[in-house]
Amino acid sequence: MRFRIQIRRRAGIADPEGATTAHALRELGYTDVASVQFGRDIIVELAADDEEVALKRVTEMSERLLANPVIEDYTVERVE
Amino acid sequence: MSVAVVVFPGSNCEHDVVYALRALGAEAELVFHRDTDLSGTDGIVLPGGFAHGDYLRTGAIARFSPVMAEVERRAAQGTPILGICNGFQILTEAGLLPGTMVANRHLRFICRHVLVRVESTDSVLTSAAEVGQVLRIPLNSYEGNFVIDAADRQELEGRSGVLLRYVDELGEPDDGINGSTVAGVANVAGNVAGLMPHPERAAEDVLGSSDGRVLLESFVSSLAPVPV
Repeated sequence: MRFRIQIRRRAGIADPEGATTAHALRELGYTDVASVQFGRDIIVELAADDEEVALKRVTEMSERLLANPVIEDYTVERVE
Repeated sequence: MSVAVVVFPGSNCEHDVVYALRALGAEAELVFHRDTDLSGTDGIVLPGGFAHGDYLRTGAIARFSPVMAEVERRAAQGTPILGICNGFQILTEAGLLPGTMVANRHLRFICRHVLVRVESTDSVLTSAAEVGQVLRIPLNSYEGNFVIDAADRQELEGRSGVLLRYVDELGEPDDGINGSTVAGVANVAGNVAGLMPHPERAAEDVLGSSDGRVLLESFVSSLAPVPV
């Protein structure tokens, strides 16, 4: 079973890479760009029969290791 | 007065730390991150480097190295524990120190001497220093910008948990180096401390500065009770 964990900076935490990229896009003429946010995309594949149990485990993994709650939010979804 | 200096895969400042501690009269030995028995150790240093390649986040994987269960146990017992640069990042990931570090605001690796001001002497890192003392110590990091949420920052500042703050030449707090003014912090008990600059690289005049000595002397003097 495969799950995608999307990790984003929490609101209020500076994202200099995003800010720099937004600036570059505006310089290219895309003046309507309000912001750019970088993040991390992780696919975890695990042996599981029960999606609910597996989702709970992947959420636990996100909480313990994959994301740092001090600076990051995350979402978990099943992918095919 | 024996200090265990932990070597993670990717640590690269461990020998400098051992050298600097021995020069101050302490016994210091390297231990591997898989070692789980630190009995006989009076203090622990997590040195700088790129533990586990800094993959995922700095310190995120090192925080689960086998030695860390013992580090956490000893931290709770009051053993002096010091994290330098990457070691500081590992201690924040482990939850032994508050906050975390993100990329420098200007997205540049910083490798130069910086000025830090001692803000509190209530820790194993600063007990021999004086509040207001300005130290010139090398900084060598990309993820050095200390961040913490508003409530935790208030708690940290309220209890004088910030030990060292980056300052400019006039001695005023300076967040222009990496985005934060915070260069070093301690836990509530003061026995666990971390800092981004490298005191072991400023431990002798021949290195261009010996201002780091007072921090390492603080740590060494915290290792054993003063004999009466």
